[in-house]
Amino acid sequence: MSGAGLELREVRGPSALGGGWRRSLELLYLIATTEFRRSYLGTALGYLWSIARPLALFAVLLTVFTQAFDLGDRVVNYPMLLLFNIVLFGFFQEATTQAVSSIVSQESVVRKTQFPRLVIPLAVVLTSAFNLAVNLVVVLVFLLVAGISPTWTWLLFPLLLALLFVFTTAVAMILSALFPRFRDTAIIWSVAATALFYATPVLYPLELVSGRLQDVLALNPLTPLFELARKWVIDPDAPGPVAAAGGSAALLVPAAIFALVCVLAVWIFNREAPRIAEQL
Amino acid sequence: MGLHDGAPVVIEARGIEKSFRIPLHRVDTLKERALHPLARSEYRELHALRGISFDVRQGEFFGIVGRNGSGKSTLLKIMSSIYRADAGTIRMAGRLAPFIELGVGFNPELTSRENVVLNGVMMGLGRREAQRRLDAVLDFAELRDFADLKLKNYSSGMMVRLAFAVMVEADADIMLVDEVLAVGDAAFAQKCMDVFRDKRRAGRTVVLVTHDMATVQGFCDRALLIHDGEIRYSGDPEEAALQYFRLNFQGDDGRSRDPGARGVPDVNVHVVDAWLENEVGDRVGSVEQGDPIGLRVVLEARQDLEAPIFGVHLLTETGATVFGFNRTLTVEPGARELVPAGRRVRIAGAIENRLVPGRYYIHCFIARNRTQGDLALHFVRLLDFDVYGTRPGPGSVSVRTDVEVAIELDPAQAPAR
Repeated sequence: MSGAGLELREVRGPSALGGGWRRSLELLYLIATTEFRRSYLGTALGYLWSIARPLALFAVLLTVFTQAFDLGDRVVNYPMLLLFNIVLFGFFQEATTQAVSSIVSQESVVRKTQFPRLVIPLAVVLTSAFNLAVNLVVVLVFLLVAGISPTWTWLLFPLLLALLFVFTTAVAMILSALFPRFRDTAIIWSVAATALFYATPVLYPLELVSGRLQDVLALNPLTPLFELARKWVIDPDAPGPVAAAGGSAALLVPAAIFALVCVLAVWIFNREAPRIAEQL
Repeated sequence: MGLHDGAPVVIEARGIEKSFRIPLHRVDTLKERALHPLARSEYRELHALRGISFDVRQGEFFGIVGRNGSGKSTLLKIMSSIYRADAGTIRMAGRLAPFIELGVGFNPELTSRENVVLNGVMMGLGRREAQRRLDAVLDFAELRDFADLKLKNYSSGMMVRLAFAVMVEADADIMLVDEVLAVGDAAFAQKCMDVFRDKRRAGRTVVLVTHDMATVQGFCDRALLIHDGEIRYSGDPEEAALQYFRLNFQGDDGRSRDPGARGVPDVNVHVVDAWLENEVGDRVGSVEQGDPIGLRVVLEARQDLEAPIFGVHLLTETGATVFGFNRTLTVEPGARELVPAGRRVRIAGAIENRLVPGRYYIHCFIARNRTQGDLALHFVRLLDFDVYGTRPGPGSVSVRTDVEVAIELDPAQAPAR
């Protein structure tokens, strides 16, 4: 019997992190590893399927952009840059798309327990991050085979990954919190994510885009991340985000948008979390 | 009653309010929100709970009853931190295990092994501890052979068993249970009741939301009747059950809503006294196996009882009826079968006792014809008693048998068929 536990404590209702940090982290880890293991052990070709998609997309885009447009000649190591970018953006797209309906598809958990709501979209992002880690190993092999020599800046790359992870998480939080109330979030996001794919320097480097369009791309918080990743990992001579944006002052805008998205994510999620169960 | 008066309060609810906004014109797309930015005002407020306050003490078996839509499940969800109350506070002591809508929150895509561990961590156990608990849960649910099957392939019965096992093995101080007895077979219901009894004996607190008044009357120490989001009655489970029946069968004006309904509850008798007697006329609380059960009941009619029927039921501890019999009023030939208001009737006699040792309950249903086809029923719990003896057996009764077991003749020597 819990003689010591007999102190009355207030029941505060559901929240983003109900039950405390430690429990939430524990749950997060457990769910993400379970999901990851399942997607790899569940089918005979488990892992192959997860890399097959980016590789197929890579093959198609590589053909189009080197044959139809001569990007292969104008950009240093274009095939490797393309593969690298596709894998990075693939993580963002996969995580956010799956996060949209994550809370709704975990309906029975949300409606029957005080499960910390934030853990659900976070677990989706984390599972995708595991996938990304495995895919990056494959990319690394490709890079080395293609003759790209490692530089000390490779050590800085995890920093970019961390920023990408934070931004992805923020977007995932916003989408998953809005979806129970506005069911068209899923459709809107599938279109928006595709648009973002083209509005991020994934297929082409920023310096090849000119005029108005470049100004638009410069607003995208993902742009500096991808440009920096290119400079640090693929091509040390690439202009990098500062030069491409035309001065470090121009980087303030995407940085501000990045921060705004993060703040918005926390605000929206905290606002919606207590009511999510009622809206399912 | 009064059993737990000295025990500490483990659930304290004060002025709980909860309303849901039911949109008249549902706006659940961004497009509609954008086209009709002012549509927000078109809501109907549904007051699910209006100022609910109550206390539950440690070790109590507390029932929450009410008709569908009365707000009882909302209350349980607020207590379980699934909904947030609009106003009021709930304070609880100890760890909580909720069992809501026949589940504890499983992911159908995962195996029961994964789900149980996940649930354990959610209940606040460490990962290793949760892993250890897994065996106990699977054994209790009798699902060891299905541990690696995805839950979506489980039958609903298996799912409920697993969920219940998870809740039981969580070993929480307070169990919040919503309608567990409505599903599953008799064996499962029996198992549930056994668990509740064990938990109560161990000082755990059980809050049970149910429609089953036999459970409320048979097991609850106290009960709360909720109607339209308000507390209608709080206290004696007997009275709560009676008022619940009245709400179900009568409109607020007291008239029967459905004139064809059979078994309209109505207060028409008062139990003056009920006891068991042995052969020399002493009151007893227990009967030896095989000795006749001397039943004595004195009832007082609160209103004229025209042609009443008295049904006596004998039940096991788990609420299963062992047998029952009906009696009408014995009167002089030709006289009216009437018990005038204020008069007493006596039910007395011996009942053959084939019960195996255990604890039993005697209930009584008093029925009278109210109007054509309209039967007023009143249910009362009379007494409980023990049967003691040295011949326990499976089931509830031992019967005379003439069955023997012998070695079968050797087929080689037996005549061919």
